[in-house]
Order: sequence, then structure tokens, then C-alpha cells
Amino acid sequence: MNISNYLYLSAILFTLGAVGVVVRRNAIVVFMCVELMLNAANLAFVTFSRVNGDLVGQVASFFTMVVAACEVVVGLAIIVTMYRSRRSASVDDASLLKR
Amino acid sequence: MTTSSHLVYLIALPLVSAAILLLLGRIADKWGHYVATLVSASTFAIAVIEFFSMRSRSGDARAATQDLFTWISVGSFNVHASLLLDQLSICFVLLITGVGTLIHIYSIAYMSHDHDRRRFFAYLNLFVAAMLLLVLGDSYLNLYVGWEGVGLASYLLIGFWNQKPAYAVAAKKAFVANRVGDIGLSLAIMIAFAQFGSVSFAGVKEGVPHASTAALTALGAMLLLAAAGKSAQFPLQSWLGDAMAGPTPVSALIHAATMVTAGVYLITRSNFVFDASHTAQNMVIAVGAITLLFGALVGTAKDDIKKALAASTMSQIGYMILATGLGPIGYAFAIMHLLTHGFFKAGMFLGAGSVMHGMNDEVNMRRYGAIGKVMPITAVTFGLGYLAIIGVPPFAGFYSKDKIIETAFNIGGSKGVIVGGAALLGAAITAFYMTRVIVLTFTGTKRWDDEAHPHESPALMWIPMVILAVGSIASGFLFNSGHALVKWLEPVVNASGAEEGEALLAPMTVSALALGVVAVGVAIAIVKYRTVPVEAPAGNVLTRIVRRDLLQDDFNDRVLVRPGQALTRFFVGMDKSFIDGIVRGVGGTIAVGSTNLRKIQNGYVRSYALIMVVGVLALLTTIWMVTL
Amino acid sequence: MSLVTVLELVPLLGVLGLFALPKGSTTLIKQFAIGVSVVDLVIAILMALRFDRGNSAMQFVESRNWISSFGIKYAVGIDGIALVLILMTTVLVPIVLLAGWNESENGRWSPRVYYALILVLETMMVGVFAATDVFLFYVIFEAMLIPVYFLIGGYGRGERAQAAMKFLLYSLLGGLLMLAAVIGTYVIATNQIGSTFDVTALSSLHIDSATENLLFLGFFIAFAIKAPLWPLHTWLPTAAKSATPATSVLLLGVLDKVGTYGMIRFCIALFPHAAHTFTPAIIVLSLISILYGAFLAIGQRDINGLIAFTSISHFGFITLGIFAMTSQGLTGASLYMVNHGFSTAALFLVAGWMVSRRGSSTIEDFGGLQRVTPVMAWSFFIAGMSALALPGLSSFVSEFLVLVGTFTRYPIPAIIGTTGIVLAALYVLLTVQRSLHGPTTPGNESLTDLNLREKIAIAPVIAILVIFGFFPKPITDVLNPASHEVMTHAGYEDPQPKAGK
Repeated sequence: MNISNYLYLSAILFTLGAVGVVVRRNAIVVFMCVELMLNAANLAFVTFSRVNGDLVGQVASFFTMVVAACEVVVGLAIIVTMYRSRRSASVDDASLLKR
Repeated sequence: MTTSSHLVYLIALPLVSAAILLLLGRIADKWGHYVATLVSASTFAIAVIEFFSMRSRSGDARAATQDLFTWISVGSFNVHASLLLDQLSICFVLLITGVGTLIHIYSIAYMSHDHDRRRFFAYLNLFVAAMLLLVLGDSYLNLYVGWEGVGLASYLLIGFWNQKPAYAVAAKKAFVANRVGDIGLSLAIMIAFAQFGSVSFAGVKEGVPHASTAALTALGAMLLLAAAGKSAQFPLQSWLGDAMAGPTPVSALIHAATMVTAGVYLITRSNFVFDASHTAQNMVIAVGAITLLFGALVGTAKDDIKKALAASTMSQIGYMILATGLGPIGYAFAIMHLLTHGFFKAGMFLGAGSVMHGMNDEVNMRRYGAIGKVMPITAVTFGLGYLAIIGVPPFAGFYSKDKIIETAFNIGGSKGVIVGGAALLGAAITAFYMTRVIVLTFTGTKRWDDEAHPHESPALMWIPMVILAVGSIASGFLFNSGHALVKWLEPVVNASGAEEGEALLAPMTVSALALGVVAVGVAIAIVKYRTVPVEAPAGNVLTRIVRRDLLQDDFNDRVLVRPGQALTRFFVGMDKSFIDGIVRGVGGTIAVGSTNLRKIQNGYVRSYALIMVVGVLALLTTIWMVTL
Repeated sequence: MSLVTVLELVPLLGVLGLFALPKGSTTLIKQFAIGVSVVDLVIAILMALRFDRGNSAMQFVESRNWISSFGIKYAVGIDGIALVLILMTTVLVPIVLLAGWNESENGRWSPRVYYALILVLETMMVGVFAATDVFLFYVIFEAMLIPVYFLIGGYGRGERAQAAMKFLLYSLLGGLLMLAAVIGTYVIATNQIGSTFDVTALSSLHIDSATENLLFLGFFIAFAIKAPLWPLHTWLPTAAKSATPATSVLLLGVLDKVGTYGMIRFCIALFPHAAHTFTPAIIVLSLISILYGAFLAIGQRDINGLIAFTSISHFGFITLGIFAMTSQGLTGASLYMVNHGFSTAALFLVAGWMVSRRGSSTIEDFGGLQRVTPVMAWSFFIAGMSALALPGLSSFVSEFLVLVGTFTRYPIPAIIGTTGIVLAALYVLLTVQRSLHGPTTPGNESLTDLNLREKIAIAPVIAILVIFGFFPKPITDVLNPASHEVMTHAGYEDPQPKAGK
């Protein structure tokens, strides 16, 4: 099987995630899109690990997973708090840094 | 050279007295004027003692010096505070302390009704100290201290009644005009130091033979500028008339007898410079001749008795300055005229003060008339001064002024004719305007209101006037008998043997000519002022111009004051709008820029994300393009 | 420990003491602060007495490692110029504290903070004149901004916050340029003689002329902002109008001298060739400052603004004297710094009393004060006479030395500068006429004259102006060796008289 197909898939997933982050308003969905981008990166890591024949890429993807897990913990906590205080999970409502 | 240890008291006594009177304040009100007068009298006593001890010495030993302390010592610039009393300065010291003491006495009575008499006497003592420092300093820088000191005293005294805005303005005008002259003195000292490495009179004299003519001319021109400022000579003459705002004794002491003659002293003291540069000498002659005519003309149109006398002072100092430009012998005659003028002009000013004292401070001569009958002593002493100034023999002015006219003619050539002619014409105009003063004030019909009760002044006032009148009678004869003053001054001004030689006009001819023109001037005045209207007639254009002091203030106003004010306004505007504008502009640009940039920070996470994506893409594109 | 260090530490310990004092006793705080500054003055006088006048080398030297990896040291030492400036500082601090007795009470913070700020400032002012390590100098140079910023912004009047900000930004800009130059010099030093910031070591570097010019400019612009030279002056009038009199005295009298002092100590000592290259331009700027400052002073309606602009004119004289590079010019300029300190102090203090009594700083609002408050009027008059350099007052000696020193090398600039004396007469006498003479302006009849405390504060200043007018020798004797050292190092000699025998 052609290696570049994995990379194409990774790129498509990443783009989908990025577009999702930019266009969606629901914080949960934005969050999941970020996860999608992270996993696209993981896919690329693993692919290159396969290409190079060593484990460096695999290790890097484990790191990403750990970071992603932490991020989920912190991120979900923030979203829940936000939802509690403003009865909405829309990221546009959280534009308090503006002024 | 003799060293003396008590010259310093001449300066220290009045200075300390002034400081005490000023610092003690109202406590000294009761006795301050007596202390001041006593101090002034004791300086006169010291001066007389010094004079006789000087006469008892001979040759080079006559000059006495006293080194006080090192004043400034930086690199090769060494100035000692040291005093020099030689044949020239003793003349001034005697004049200053003598006339000064008389005027102190006069002022006790004249100022008796003034609330601030103590302050007045403190200023007078300050003046005496500064003037003595001026003539006793042995270097140009020491002289400068006295020079500015008398300027300060003059400023304080002109503005003595400074609650009147016009008087405060007059004081300021005098100070500023003097400062213009001070530029000259400052630059002269700088030139002296750059050329000779010394600023003492002796050091400069020693260096003169080695200097270039251009440098000496520049030095002379700067000294002349200084003299013009202090002595109210053209073109810095405009302050003297306004200076009459001060109390009359001040006008007599400072603005007639002593301070205004400091310019003559400066030029005489620097004789070695002027003798070495004919250009500088010619400038001196020109300034003197112009001023003597200028002052005389202005004098013809003044109705204010003090301003008429001030114009006369300006004109008489013009004679002295003219004389100092006439070479070695001229200096002696300049000093002679200076001394005789000190007597008769101070006497006349005191007379004018006496008249004002009796007339409720009225100064307009058109409101006088027939005062001779009620104030006989004043009239007689003033009349003696009058005879002296117009040059009637054997009064003082005859000797001193005729000598100057004679010497002017004798410089020869067309220059001699022009300068001599100007001096002769000046004598005629002097006779005219002084006769006018006499006629308007003392003779004719009474033109004063009945509220004025003119009365003879108290003895404290008329005694000094009488003494000065005696001086006006005798001084000229004394100075001239056996060329006493010329010989006395010879070591200072190198006047030896210069007096004789091929005279263009014999002394007798000159005297006859002078007396002739004086008679004409007197006659015209008597005829013209047989009747005097109380309100001045409108007069023709020429009269009006002369009344406006030959437009001196209009000229200064148009050429200096208004452009100066415009320049100031321009600079103030430029500072606010342009220079500070640039500063504020830089700040403003940054502020506007950040206001615009802030709009990107709209708080929407999604737009931040988008910007991030765009940024990453831009970065990648850049890397891609660079590596390509 | 060197006496200089003691001099720096005393005010700092005083600050600690201030905060140890019990609350609510403002008078005690004031007395304590003045006491500390007087102790510092006594130490400074002791130091001056022990100073070896004939010696041109640095004295009271102390050097300790500070950041040894960069060769940065706490290094202090004084020569004649630094000594007289430190003396001036220590004399002025107790005087302004006494004169501005009530200034601290209308501020944003408590009087305690005010006195702490001034004492900290005193430490820094002594330190900045004594520093012989360029980095130490730079740090204090910048750190001094902080207390002044708070003194203007916290205790000033009018648009004080704005004025403080303008002052800070201007100074920071200068400081930034200087920092770049300091680093540049350090890099060159590291390549040539090893890492050091010692000013004596740095003055022996061989720098190519383009770099030297740039480094010179970095220092010079910082100093030209500090001792405001046209056209970098616009912060000064704003600051002077807003600051309290005491702050103005310290700002114009002492802090601005750091600029002119820095020109001598760093610009000329470190970069003599560049100094020579830029001399014509600097002389032109000085002359513009002299005349421009005088014209603007004539045009001022605010009395504090007027004093600020006269100072700009006087700073023109100082830079003129420095860059004339003659012993008269240099000594005259150094003496001018001291005299200007005292004469400006007198002007600002008396003007401050006038303003606080009248409640207005517009010159037209005064008038006829001579009759109402004679002592105050006389004090202002004498201060004014000092500003116009009347012979007999100390400022005359310095102004004349500057002009004479300039004339021997550059006659034309000296002639132009001399015309400034007429303008000086105008701005002083116009102000005197408007504020002291004439009829008493309505509203001024009941103004009170100076009280005892104010008289005690102004008397020493006036005494100094008069005494050193006649006996400047003690100061010039201290300055002469230092000026000579500066000139020799920069490769200059006094011009010889032209008509030599």
C-alpha cells in the first residue's frame, strides 16, 4: 500500500479539524475538532515511524495522546464551568477579553 | 608703584553701610540716612588724604595699588581683585565722594517726606561703592563688576518709585540699554584675553605694540560700544531721558556727574588702545560729535526741566567722548570737562530739584516762570551753573569746553573743520536751550497755579548747591592754571608735549568764535521766549520730531522692540506647534496605530483560530518559497 | 568603605528609619528626613575637607565585584567636578525639604512616601556623580527616573500625570539609546581588553571612527535630553510647571546636571575623536538653546515655565563651555552647573512660595509684591539677578569663564552667545517688573511675607550665590585639575595669546 495515502488521510483529517474549529460555535464540537487535528498529527507520526523504521514517531504520538488527555481534562472542566455560568456552550459568547 | 593698604576702605565702607541699611530694615529708619551720609563723608576724607599723600610722592611712586585676593584663577586666566589709585582715578574718586557727599546731605532734606528714605540712602551708598570700584579696579574685569554695580544701583534708583508702572519701565529700559553696552565690554575683555593673555590695564598696555591693528580696532570698537551704553551716547542714548524718573538727587549724582561719565573714564583708561588705532579713534570722534548735536537738539524742545537737563548731559558727554578721540591731549581736556561738568550739572540738577521741591514736584517749565523772585538762592546757584555750561569766562565751562573745540579744530584737514564746526554749533545750541531753561523757569511772568506755594528750600538743600556753584565758578580756572590738570594726568595719558605744535586756529580766535556763537544762541532764546504759553504750541514737523527725541524711541520700537516681540511670538508658537508638535505627533501616531490594531482583538476564539491558521499558512509559504 | 559609599548609604538607612517611625506623626517624619539629609551634608563636607585639591586622579575610590561574569563592578570615586556636584546635591536636599515643608501633604500618597522618595533620590544623585563603572552609572541614571516620576505624578499640580509620563518617555528614549551604546562599548572592550565597564579602562580603547561616532551619539542624545538641549527640551517646561518646587529644584538643579556631567565624564572621555567631529554641530545647538531658551522665557506667562526656559538657555552656555575645550570653558561650565543649581533653586523656591500664596502661577496675577512682601520680593530679585549673571554673584564668574574660554578658540560663537546677556536682562527684568513692581494687583494686598522657616531655607542659597561671586577660588581650585585632566586626555591645549611678546 502506498505510504502517501496515509499522509493524504492525515492531511484531510487535519483540515477537517481546522475548518471545524473555525466555523463551529459549540465549544464541545470545537473541542472535538481540536482532538481530530491532534489525531491527524498522530497518524502522520505513526506513518513516518513506519517509513523510517524506528520508534521515534510512535513515542511522539504517545506524548501527543498524553497531552491530549490532559487537555481534555482541563478543557472540559472549563467548558462545564462556562456552561454553568452562562447557560450556553457557544464560544462566541465567551468574548470577554475584547475590552 | 606704591602699595597701599587702605584703598579697600573706600569701597568697603559704603558697601557695608548699604548692606546694613538694607538688612536691618525698618529698625534703621530713624538714623539710616545719617549713617549713610557719614560714611560717604568719610570716604571723601579718605580720598582727600590719599590725594595729598599722592601729591607728596613723585614720579612713578604716585600711583598706589592694593592687591586684595585672587578672584578668578583658571588656566592662564588670572584675575586678582586689586585696586589701582593713580592720577586718573583720584580725579574720579574725589568727584564721586565729594559730589556724592553733597548729594547725600541734600537728600536728607529732599527725601525727608519719603517713607522709604532709608532704602534710598542704602542704594546711594551702594552706588558710591560700585562707582568707586569701577574707577579703582586695576583690570577690565574688576572694572566690569563696578560697571554692572552702578548699573544695578542706577536701576534701583530710577525705579525707586517703581509702584508707578512708567518708572518701573524706565528703570528696565536703562538696564537693558546698558546691557547692550555690556556686550561691548564683555567682548572687549574677551578680545584682550585672547590677544594679550591678560585683562589688567597694565597687561593690555604692555601687549598693545605686539597686536595687529585689526584686533586693536575691534577692541576699541567694543570699548566704545560699552562707553556708549553707559554714557548714553549714540546709538544707545535713549534711556537717559526716561531715567529722570528717579528722584532728582539721583539724576544729579548718577545721571549727570558720575555714572554716565564712566564711558569717558573707560576710553581714557584705555588710551593706549585708541592711540594705536586711528579707525577706533575716528569712531569715537563720530559718536561724540553726533551725540553732542543730538543731545543739544533734543534739549531745545523739552518742557520737562529734568529732561532738558538730561539732554544737556548727553550733549556735554558727547563733548567729552569727542575729546577722548582727539589723541593724547584730548584725554586731559575730556577729564577736565568731566570734572567741571560734574560741578555745574550736578548743581543745576539740585537746583531743579529745589524748584520741584517748592512746586509740588511740578516738572513742566511752562508752568514755572518768575521763580527767581521766590527762590533767590536756587536761582543764583542755578544761574552760576548756567554761565558755566554755556562757557562764559571765567566760569568753569569756558576753560574746559573751549579747549575741546580748539583741539577739535586743530586735528586739521576737513575732519578738523567738520568736527570743530560741530562742536561750535553744539556750543551755540547749548547756549540757546540753557537760556531757554533759565528764561522759562526763573524769569518772566508767573505761570503757576495759586495752590503751589514755591518757597526757598531748607539749608540742607541749598548749602550743597552753593558749594557746587562755587565749584562751577572756580574749578575751570584752577584746573587750567599752569596746565595743572594736563600735567597731573600726563603719566596716565601720555599727553606730554602734545598741546603745542602747529595750531590751525589760535586759542584766542577759538574763544572769540565760541563766545560769538554763544551770544547768538542766548539772544535768540531771549527773543523767542519773551512770552511763554502755558500749553506748548503745536509747532511744525521739525519741532514735533525734536520733541519726540528725534524719533529715537520710534526707531527703537520699530526696528528692535516690535520685531523682537514678533520673533518671540513666533518662537513660542513654533515651540508649541512644531517642536512639541513633532513629539506629540510621534506619540499620537503610536496611539492611533494601536487603536486600529486593537480591533483585531475582538474576543472571538474562532477569529483567533482563523488568524492562527492564516499565520501558519503564511509561515509555511514563506519557508517554502525561501527553500525553493 | 569609602566615604562616598557612606554618603550613599545614609539616606537609604534614613528611608528604613522613616518607615520605622510611628504612624500619624507627620512633623516627626519631616524633622527626621531633614535630619538625615543634614547628616549627609555633614559627611559630604567632611569628604570635601579631606579631598586632595592638587590631585587630578579619582579619590575616595572603592571597587567591589557586582556581576563578575560581565566584569560589572560597584566602582565609585570622585574627581573635582564630581565633588562639587555632590556637595551641591547634599546642600540642596535639606534646603528643599525645609522650603517645601507642606508640599507632601496634598499628594496622592502619604508624606512618608514623599520623604522616602526624596531620600532615595539623594542616594542615587550621589551615586550617579560618583559612579566610575559605566554600567553602574547607567543603572542609576535610569533608576533615578522612578522616584522623580512618582514625585511629579504623585505630588505635583495641574496636569501632573501627563507631565510625569512625558518626562518618563523622553528619558526612557534617551536611556535606550545609551544602553545600546553601553553594550556596544562593552563588546568592543571585550574584544580588546577583556570584559570591563571601568571608565578609565574604556577610555583607552581603539575604536574605528564610524563606530565611535555612533557610540558617541548614543551617549550624547541621552545626555542632551537630560540637560535639555534644543530641540529635545519640550519635556522640561511641562515637568517644571507640574512638579512641586522641591522636585523642580532637584530635577533642574541636580538631575539635569547629570546630562552635562555625563558629557564631560563619558562622551568626551570615552570618545574624544567623535567629540571633536561633532563639536561644530553641538556648538550650533548650544547657541540655538541659549537664544531660543531666552526668547521663549521672554514669551512665557507661567512663572515656572519661565524658569524652565531660562534653564534651557543656561544649559546652552554649559554645553558651549564644555565643547569649547579650553580650561576656562571646562572649569567655567562645571562651575556653571553648581551656580545654576543654586540660582535655579532660589528662583523655584521663591516662585513656589509666590504661587502657593497667590494660588496662581501666571506672572500677570502678581504685581506690586515689592510693597506687600518685601523679603520675598528681594529674594526673587536677587535670584533673578543671579539668573542674568550680574557681576558680584557667582553665576557671573561661570558665565564669563565659559564665554572667555569659548572666545579663545571659537570667537564667532562666543560673540553670538554674548548677545544672550541682553536677552537674559530682558526676561529677568520683565518678570521683575510685572510681578514685583507697579501698583499692587487686587487680591495681593493681604499676601504674607516669608516666615522664619522660609527665610532660613532661602538664606543659605543667597549667601552661597554672593560669597562664591567674590571668592570662587575654593571651587575653581578643585575643578582646575579635573578640567586639565579632561583636556589632556582629549588631546587639547589652551590657545596661546595671539599677540605674544
